[in-house]
Amino acid sequence: MASPQFKNPLVKWIDHRLPVFSYMHHELHEYPTPKNLSYLWNLGSLAGLALVVMIITGIILAMHYTPHVDHAFDSVERIMRDVNHGWLIRYIHMNGASFFFIVVYLHIFRGLYYGSYKAPRELLWMLGVVILLLMMATAFMGYVLPWGQMSFWGATVITNLFSAIPLIGESIVTWLWGGFSVDNPTLGRFFALHYLMPFVIVAVVMLHLIALHRFGSGNPLGIDVSGQQDTIPFHPYYTSKDLFGAMVFLTIFASAVFFYPNYLGHPDNYIPANPLQTPAHIVPEWYFLPFYAILRAIPDKLGGVLFMFGAIAVLFILPWLDRAPVRSGRFRPLFKIFFWLFLADCVLLGYLGGKPAEGVYVTWSRLATAYYFVHFLLILPLLSVVENTRPLPASISMPVTKGGK
Amino acid sequence: MGNTAEKSVANSVANSVANRGRRDFIVVATNAMLAVGAGAVAYPLIDQMNPAADTLALSSVEVDISSLEAGQAITIKWRGKPVFIRHRTPAEIAEAEAVDLAALRDPETDMARIQKPEYLIIQGICTHLGCVPLGQKIGEVKGDWGGWFCPCHGSHYDTSGRIRKGPAPTNLEVPPYAFLSDSIVKIG
Repeated sequence: MASPQFKNPLVKWIDHRLPVFSYMHHELHEYPTPKNLSYLWNLGSLAGLALVVMIITGIILAMHYTPHVDHAFDSVERIMRDVNHGWLIRYIHMNGASFFFIVVYLHIFRGLYYGSYKAPRELLWMLGVVILLLMMATAFMGYVLPWGQMSFWGATVITNLFSAIPLIGESIVTWLWGGFSVDNPTLGRFFALHYLMPFVIVAVVMLHLIALHRFGSGNPLGIDVSGQQDTIPFHPYYTSKDLFGAMVFLTIFASAVFFYPNYLGHPDNYIPANPLQTPAHIVPEWYFLPFYAILRAIPDKLGGVLFMFGAIAVLFILPWLDRAPVRSGRFRPLFKIFFWLFLADCVLLGYLGGKPAEGVYVTWSRLATAYYFVHFLLILPLLSVVENTRPLPASISMPVTKGGK
Repeated sequence: MGNTAEKSVANSVANSVANRGRRDFIVVATNAMLAVGAGAVAYPLIDQMNPAADTLALSSVEVDISSLEAGQAITIKWRGKPVFIRHRTPAEIAEAEAVDLAALRDPETDMARIQKPEYLIIQGICTHLGCVPLGQKIGEVKGDWGGWFCPCHGSHYDTSGRIRKGPAPTNLEVPPYAFLSDSIVKIG
């Protein structure tokens, strides 16, 4: 961990006074990383890439957008038709939100499977949940800005969630709206906050990285590195692996932007907002569907809201629900089965959230919601006690070299 | 010499014990004033998000209902939200009055929700999550009780705008209104 010797005299001069180069060398170059990381460990850097793409395109869109109920819709259409490359930048931003969530959800499931939330990485995990919450708030407010029918009614339904709070609920909703319905004051504050939140996310991401670099990445075996022979420097090994992953990610992302830019959106949002008419079938964006299904599954307004937020809150206490000492799902035969069941349950909830709340869909939503909570509150704590885990390898190198090295 | 030193130590100990109460007082008082000051600064920063004076000013609207025939309904905009005015048919009125209160989630007689039985005036905002229920226009679904049906999460309202089925917790709200004459009603 000796200070690196920089050849460039200017770099040397600066680093002596402001050790940013040493810092970067330490955290991005020599940073010892387990040598057995799979491609599932690319998702963190991909999420960072998505965040940067969103911030750059978002700042550009803000230069052309007008946050006023009379002009918002038209200003977005102007971006699409008249602003140079406006269509491209907006489609990147619009689809970027979806791809950000795809990457982050995969990142979370990676963490769930490999027990990334276990000691000593509990705070790292909890900071990640905070980032998820901030992302949801940001995405929700961003979706309101084009002021289409889905924007308006999405904003109405979601802000009304707070009216479920006993006694002060109505006052909170009026305060959020700045009026008696979602209207111009609401749009103005959503725009201001939508611009602010990504930078809050950047700050929490920094904390997430500080917590990550304290103990370093986990790895597919879930055992601690036992020495230098188990690690490789981050650069060039993982910089190149991350770069390759980024290329694959960008290829898929670009295909969506160029060939199916509206596939993940709703046509109703190309109709200007009308406060007197609710669209026949309102659904949130796909990344909120599982939570929306939970909201609708509970036949009580306050209950539905509590369970929906509870679905995220339960992630905060996950490190204390799953007490099994073995981190990686690879060595937990029973956990592995329940992990896939849980993943299927989340996909099912997502499907149900997009269906109308009637008939058989309601029944299935209730079952899937129940299973979601049973998984965290019953199955994981029980497994920590009853499961017979398979023997762990002695070191990261062992399964490969058959020796201690 | 030793004696004086001892005395001064004893003095300072006595002093600090005697002063502890005064020091605590200073700390508590300072913190209390800081809290009051922080609250005073925070209040305008938070309250600015509440409805502004011009928003509050737009709070009443007059409607001419003379051309509204029995069985018809109109939607008007009040405070940015729809208000439903339905000219009910005698059958609808009878249906609304005949309901057993025990069967209602939010028990309220039809009488308590109207000023003139033929005109039902309610806010067209589902009490679940704020969508606009269907049932105003001819051909729209009116739900199982002939009133309104919210397409978002499936709440059914009866001909008095009371919740009968679905996730909404309470009846459609009755806004403040007054009949200025037989044909003009002022909402708000």
